[in-house]
Amino acid sequence: MDPSTSVFNGMRMTGIDLVVSVPCINLKDILPMIDDDPSMIHVPVTREEEGVGICAGAYMGGKIPAMLMQNSGLGNSINALASLNKLFHIPLLLIMSHRGVEGETICAQVPMGQLTTSLLDTLDIPYVVPTRDNVEETILHAWAIASEKGRPVAVLLEIGFWEAE
Amino acid sequence: MKRIDAITMIARKAEEKNSLIVCNIGLPSKELHHVKDRNGNFYMLGSMGLSSSIGLGLSLSVPKRHVIAIDGDGSVLMNMGSLATIAHQRPENYLLVVIDNGTYGSTGDQPTATSLGTDLGAVAKGAGIQDVYTTNNEKELEQTLKNVDRGVVIARVGAGNASVPIIGLSPEEIIERFMTECARPSE
Repeated sequence: MDPSTSVFNGMRMTGIDLVVSVPCINLKDILPMIDDDPSMIHVPVTREEEGVGICAGAYMGGKIPAMLMQNSGLGNSINALASLNKLFHIPLLLIMSHRGVEGETICAQVPMGQLTTSLLDTLDIPYVVPTRDNVEETILHAWAIASEKGRPVAVLLEIGFWEAE
Repeated sequence: MKRIDAITMIARKAEEKNSLIVCNIGLPSKELHHVKDRNGNFYMLGSMGLSSSIGLGLSLSVPKRHVIAIDGDGSVLMNMGSLATIAHQRPENYLLVVIDNGTYGSTGDQPTATSLGTDLGAVAKGAGIQDVYTTNNEKELEQTLKNVDRGVVIARVGAGNASVPIIGLSPEEIIERFMTECARPSE
């Protein structure tokens, strides 16, 4: 199965019903799948921090929210992840295209790419790095941790994840 | 009129319509808590700028409830992209009231861009929001709140904070009672 469909299936299995997105070239095939699924509300946003707020409101209203983003957006979200999600114990699934790691061709992606896991550690946000073979259950598991612990959990989709076999 | 007068009017409307309220951090939340504390009030404690976003996410998730987000000029200026997102989502059950006093009221009344010429009503229209209202006094705000349930209201008020106590609720208490209220059927 192609990687985009696997990620989308994992989101469906998890019961994600509100998705906020800031596009990344790696996520481009998932966004139309969300738009075509009547069980999911799709909210494209202008900046990731805005998306953290929307997802928090959605969770309080009973939804299971996820944010599809590039890891650069983690930097745009840090205050909200701390002073909203951490403070109020609000879970959130961050499904993140992890640029700037092995295989990256754009030099500007490298600094945030290298900082991503240490920023997540600093923020006390657990992360998982799925393979194509286990991405569906990994997303399901990530939400289980998020909802049980009342915090964000990140799913890091590395460059190799998207590459053709 | 001052911000607390506007908040008093919004709280009255929320009671009449059984609306959920998301309220901006700092003095606005303290003033709302003082004027009318309810389980259906969510008091932000951090994350400046996100009141309009939290309100949008909530309104999309509870389409049968009416949602009011109380925001400030400084906070909207910090997250203006939110207005574009609200414009293309067009929730029927969502009213964003921006109380514009031209200052950063919670940090010592430094001037915001709205006191230097930025027109948030024009920004909201330019972002694509169709229902935008600007009010300049108590009577106009009262009339607008009576007639309008969706879109954006820019309520221009004078600078100044009311002297009100801090909110004696923990974050856990605020969110727990709010989510219980969100899950309650509307009628």
